[in-house]
Amino acid sequence: MIVTRRHLLGIGTAGVGGLLLGGCDRLNEAPGVRQGLIDSEGLTMRAQRLLIGDALAREYAEGDMSPNFRSNGSVSVESGAYRAHLAQGFAQWTLRVDGLVQRPLDLPLAALKALPQREQITRHDCVEGWSAIGKWQGPQLSAVLARAGLLRDARYVVFHCADRLGGKPYYESIDLIDAFHPQTILAWRMNDQPLSEAHGAPLRLRVERQLGYKQAKFVMRIELRRSLAGLYGGKGGFWEDDRDYAWYAGI
Amino acid sequence: MKDAEPNDARPSGQAPNPGPASLPGDLIYRHRLPVRVWHWTNALILLVMLESGLMIFNAHPRLYWGKFGANPDPAWLDLSGGDGIPFPGWVTLPSYYSLADARLWHLAVAWLLVLSLPAYLVWAVVGGHVRRDLLPRRAELRPGHIWHDIAAHARLRFPHGEAARSYNVLQKLAYGAVLFVLLPGMILTGLAMSPAMDAGFPVLLDMFGGRQSARSIHFICAFGLAVFFVVHIVMVILAGPINEVRSMLSGWYRLPAAREGRP
Repeated sequence: MIVTRRHLLGIGTAGVGGLLLGGCDRLNEAPGVRQGLIDSEGLTMRAQRLLIGDALAREYAEGDMSPNFRSNGSVSVESGAYRAHLAQGFAQWTLRVDGLVQRPLDLPLAALKALPQREQITRHDCVEGWSAIGKWQGPQLSAVLARAGLLRDARYVVFHCADRLGGKPYYESIDLIDAFHPQTILAWRMNDQPLSEAHGAPLRLRVERQLGYKQAKFVMRIELRRSLAGLYGGKGGFWEDDRDYAWYAGI
Repeated sequence: MKDAEPNDARPSGQAPNPGPASLPGDLIYRHRLPVRVWHWTNALILLVMLESGLMIFNAHPRLYWGKFGANPDPAWLDLSGGDGIPFPGWVTLPSYYSLADARLWHLAVAWLLVLSLPAYLVWAVVGGHVRRDLLPRRAELRPGHIWHDIAAHARLRFPHGEAARSYNVLQKLAYGAVLFVLLPGMILTGLAMSPAMDAGFPVLLDMFGGRQSARSIHFICAFGLAVFFVVHIVMVILAGPINEVRSMLSGWYRLPAAREGRP
């Protein structure tokens, strides 16, 4: 086949296409474009909530469970106070519940175990793409919030964690729709064992219709807030502040 | 055989009227406006989705079958060797490693696909595009005919004159597979990876045999689209890029003449 002018033109077109790809990084960093992309998350959240209502995440059978549930993110906590509690089996530890509540609480692990328990075998989906199925047990978050009593302005539930990543404290937050969902629990037990350190001992949030980074480990304090502004980076979570991960992680 | 009903709602007063027996070199109105708008928006959407999708895949370059799947579990595809980042910067968006940014693009642009594909499919089915232009006729589906077309393409002999007026059977099958299998497959498997959508519509999980199977099928469909994309570009270049690109911009296509025996 003879190479003609039109073949060269075609190759040229492909070359220009390649150059355009390089421009994508600049587009990615343009503040206007970026804000537009971030704004579409709100659309995703509203659309998904409209479509799914208060539907429950699928619960699996024992036979569906991952033989080995990997841990990732923070798998241990350095702070001396935490290490001391871990050594004592969290016997002296309490969960602090405060902020916009009628009665701030300090709940020992025994009090959380004494509340009505929910056990669920659910799928944990990491933002990276992998999934693991495990069994979780603990009181519903709604029961703990009912004990504290929400003040009228409370809109967000913030989970302050004992672990630090890159020198910054880990935290996460959800709104009241997810906070009062029946499968949203404070898990102290996983796969019929007390929660291990790698999986977030003594307490880990399970908010089953969102991705893994929302499942805050090492929960020390629950704070009820009117707004997420003014707290750390203001975006409602460690990864949200650090990397622009979506605050609503339903997809 | 040729369409009894010409598919060209030809704007009056433009270009020579070729009449029913068009000759090589004649300009014909080949692509209607919805086809052209869809083609270019979809091209841009697919480019962004593929590039950002490859970056997302880089975050965990292993694929599994079933309901769960993570590092301790057996993978059917494992590209995590080497530096662990299989797709290089020149095919990803952004070019540097950022799962968060790739997800921003992927999940925002997914909206455009989710809204435009059903709209286009409804137009294509109701408006007759599928019946007239995309649905292969019985005779075209004979193995002999398909084989003849494959052999002709392999020898870079493309239809000319009257035969170039409509899509050949390989084009029909390729475009049909993209529109009715690969793109809907991308959307459904994409939704099946959303924990919220799975709660509302568990049928998404059952349809594909679990979330990790859906993720695998998502990747396989994307691979199919990437192969289509490359073959499509090569065919456009070989068939005459000026004429082909112009027809997808303006709608007007010049019927190619035969390569041999050309007057």
